[in-house]
Amino acid sequence: MHAKAHSPAAPAERARPLYGVIAEYKDVDSLMAAARKVRDAGYTRWDTHTPFPVHGIEGAMGFGMTRLPWFVLCCGLTGLSIAVLLQWWTNAVDYPFLISGKPLFALPPAVPIMFELTVLFSALGTFFGMWGLNGLPLLHHPLFEHEAFKRVTDDRFFLAIESQDPKFGLESTKALLASTGVCADVVPVYGNGDKGALPNWMKNFAIVMPILLLVPLAWIVTARHSTSPKTRLQLIPDMDQQLKFRNQTRNAFFADQRNERPRIEGTIPRGLLREDQQLHTGKTGPGENDWATQFPASIAVNEALLKRGQERFNITCAACHGQTGVGDGLVSQRATGKYPSWIPPISLHAENLLVQPVGQTFNTIRNGIRTMPAYSQQLTVEDSWAIVAYVKALQKSQAFPVDKLSPEERQKVASVPR
Amino acid sequence: MTSSAMGNASAIVIDPDIDPRQRKSLVEGDHDFTSITASIANVAERPKPPKAWYVAMAISLPLTLTLFGIIGYLIFKGVGIWGNRQPVSWAWPIVNFVFWVGIAHAGTLISAILFLFRQKWRTSINRAAEAMTIFAVVCAGTFPAIHVGRIWMEWFLAPVPNDLEMWPQFRSPLLWDVFAVSTYATVSLLFWYMGMVPDLATFRDRATTKIKKVAYGIFALGWRGSSRQWHRYERAYLLLAALAMPLVLSVHSVVSFDFAVSILPGWHTTIFPPYFVAGAIFSGFAMVVTLMVPARALFGLKHVITMRHLENMNKVIVATGTMVGYAYAMEFFIAWYSGSTYEQFAFINRAFGPYAWAYWIMVSCNVIAPQFFWFKKIRTNPLAMVVVCIFVNIGMWFERFVITISTLNRDFLPSAWGYFSPTLFDILTLCGSFGLFMTLFLLFCRYLPMVAIAEVKSVMPQAHPHHHGDDAHGAGTHSH
Repeated sequence: MHAKAHSPAAPAERARPLYGVIAEYKDVDSLMAAARKVRDAGYTRWDTHTPFPVHGIEGAMGFGMTRLPWFVLCCGLTGLSIAVLLQWWTNAVDYPFLISGKPLFALPPAVPIMFELTVLFSALGTFFGMWGLNGLPLLHHPLFEHEAFKRVTDDRFFLAIESQDPKFGLESTKALLASTGVCADVVPVYGNGDKGALPNWMKNFAIVMPILLLVPLAWIVTARHSTSPKTRLQLIPDMDQQLKFRNQTRNAFFADQRNERPRIEGTIPRGLLREDQQLHTGKTGPGENDWATQFPASIAVNEALLKRGQERFNITCAACHGQTGVGDGLVSQRATGKYPSWIPPISLHAENLLVQPVGQTFNTIRNGIRTMPAYSQQLTVEDSWAIVAYVKALQKSQAFPVDKLSPEERQKVASVPR
Repeated sequence: MTSSAMGNASAIVIDPDIDPRQRKSLVEGDHDFTSITASIANVAERPKPPKAWYVAMAISLPLTLTLFGIIGYLIFKGVGIWGNRQPVSWAWPIVNFVFWVGIAHAGTLISAILFLFRQKWRTSINRAAEAMTIFAVVCAGTFPAIHVGRIWMEWFLAPVPNDLEMWPQFRSPLLWDVFAVSTYATVSLLFWYMGMVPDLATFRDRATTKIKKVAYGIFALGWRGSSRQWHRYERAYLLLAALAMPLVLSVHSVVSFDFAVSILPGWHTTIFPPYFVAGAIFSGFAMVVTLMVPARALFGLKHVITMRHLENMNKVIVATGTMVGYAYAMEFFIAWYSGSTYEQFAFINRAFGPYAWAYWIMVSCNVIAPQFFWFKKIRTNPLAMVVVCIFVNIGMWFERFVITISTLNRDFLPSAWGYFSPTLFDILTLCGSFGLFMTLFLLFCRYLPMVAIAEVKSVMPQAHPHHHGDDAHGAGTHSH
């Protein structure tokens, strides 16, 4: 080894305490016989060492089953519980995944993950539990000081009794072992305190490394809580950088270098002819408040329009406004309280909205208002008017006095589950 | 034997080669513990490996580097470098993934299932087969990882709390697949490494240089062959085997769910899980035989990996190959019996459509080739068995090709039909994965115990005590 190694003659008895005595055997049979003898002599702190597992030695040495299987069982049950809780909490509680109307949590589709995590946790438990119970890994062991012990992984069998055993006596124990079928002298083994310790560089490494590992984490945390005027670093040209002209950028191809092209004088793009002002803007005049109070002539207000309006409303508007228009849509329910910046939609049955001209309602749908976005891209002009008609019907239905209903209608309303 | 000799038959010594009552010994020749250790450790201890090792390395290392290069280019450029196009958007990457996962089945099957069935002949081949499992899983795992396109978004697969407050969809077979393959990789690695620790200790104790002593020493974890440790070790090995057995059957079942849970004709069949598992064992054993035949000759391990081992594996190959053939026939039967026109079209398209050539390569390699193993002469001839096994591996790759591509190329809308052609990068990625597999295997052969030394010793006749005496096995003793 290195300069620090003790010479055998040095006053090293303190540094090299007696570990025990060791006996060497050539075959399984003599080892088994010796083990029985040591067992019967009442020793407790001793062990046999063999190149391969010798079956039946448990009996000859007198020790019982390991607790390992119970530990593995606990690990497996932990894995199983984690799998169930993980799938239930993530997919049914924290972020409900509604797919084709299937239940948010059901056992059959959860089985594969339950099985995998049970096996994974059990296997990790088996592996680490076994090494833990075996007291390994170990950097050094006193038995490795015995040169002949190297053959324990090749072709020799050993029996070692520790000096810590209450029955241990250097001479008496040696004599007992010598009376078994040994193939070499029974010798004492001394430990070497120095060798068992971690080398200094490893200790330093163990201290420095975790600190170094914290550096990137700390960097990430800082980055997440600070802003920078620089564009973000792009190691890989992602979809963000495509070979195309982006909106509002310079384009050298045109003389005016504008990427967005102005409309050519005297032309109207396809589908953008707006001859009927009321139909397209909801206004009847040039003034700011010239809202149409009637539906345009080309929109026939009938049951078909209301049905169409109901369908479009439930698809486009109900997510926020709710199917009855009171503002309890699913998106709003989910976002309220979760995001402080979320402003819930107002009720469509508010006083001012009940008297609002249809043209203004139409304008709100087309162009948006306050935090509500414009829906002119999602809805055709005709569908927008259909929604206006449906909203008006919805307002009437919610504000209708109960005593003016016919008995049949009242019964019908009462029978609707709340 | 005449009737008069029957009386003292027990006294007659019969050559075990011809005596049907006795099984051939697992280790051939006159060997003791010392010579077994020496002959196996010699593979790693000889100053230089055989020339063939260098030749194989010279081929596989450049291929591995090619693979790494292509992966780098792929990350930079995107999956467009491959031939994946609509309608065939699941192309070679998935074919290769399923192929390698299949190969990965033999190792754990040999180590776990044969161990639980007390098939002692597994001891000499399990280590190398397990190593192959690990390396095949490495190759398999590469493909789904790189084929997602934006690999830096891969953490989406794991349930990690994130800004989007979004979680993975646990009812998707693709997510089950992530869990199944990663669990399988972890458990196989633990099983392989744990089995290797006592042999690494042997290498440590025989080490001649300090570097070897330290390197093997660290991984041997201070193993000292204590009987109390062996006892827990064996218990742990048994537990891991019991855990790995359902796992090995589940992995390819889950992989088959990727296909079977979808509603595409040709994929949506209940026969997929067992059919995939049989195919996996089939291809895995073929790969073990392909590699073990040259390895045992090159490294002088013919006395440990005997002809009996190879013959047994060939018997497994003919059995699983026949199962696979049955599954092919059953798929056609069910397509006809279901009365579903789409299902029928998918199968007629498979056998007689634009990919008929691939289908018939698959059938000849997988169904016809292994049938030669009914003949003992072929089953016990090293060259013949390697040829058959290479055909099997080609056939199994084509099986996955046929399943994936012939289903996708003609979907429900005839105007969208297309023909898939691989690009150069597709071909190089596949070759590169073979290079990676071979490089890892060659390094393993050279530097790690290729045969489970301690386990082989434990099945030798010298390992068994001759009488059990008066030992009360575990009765009235303390647990520890």
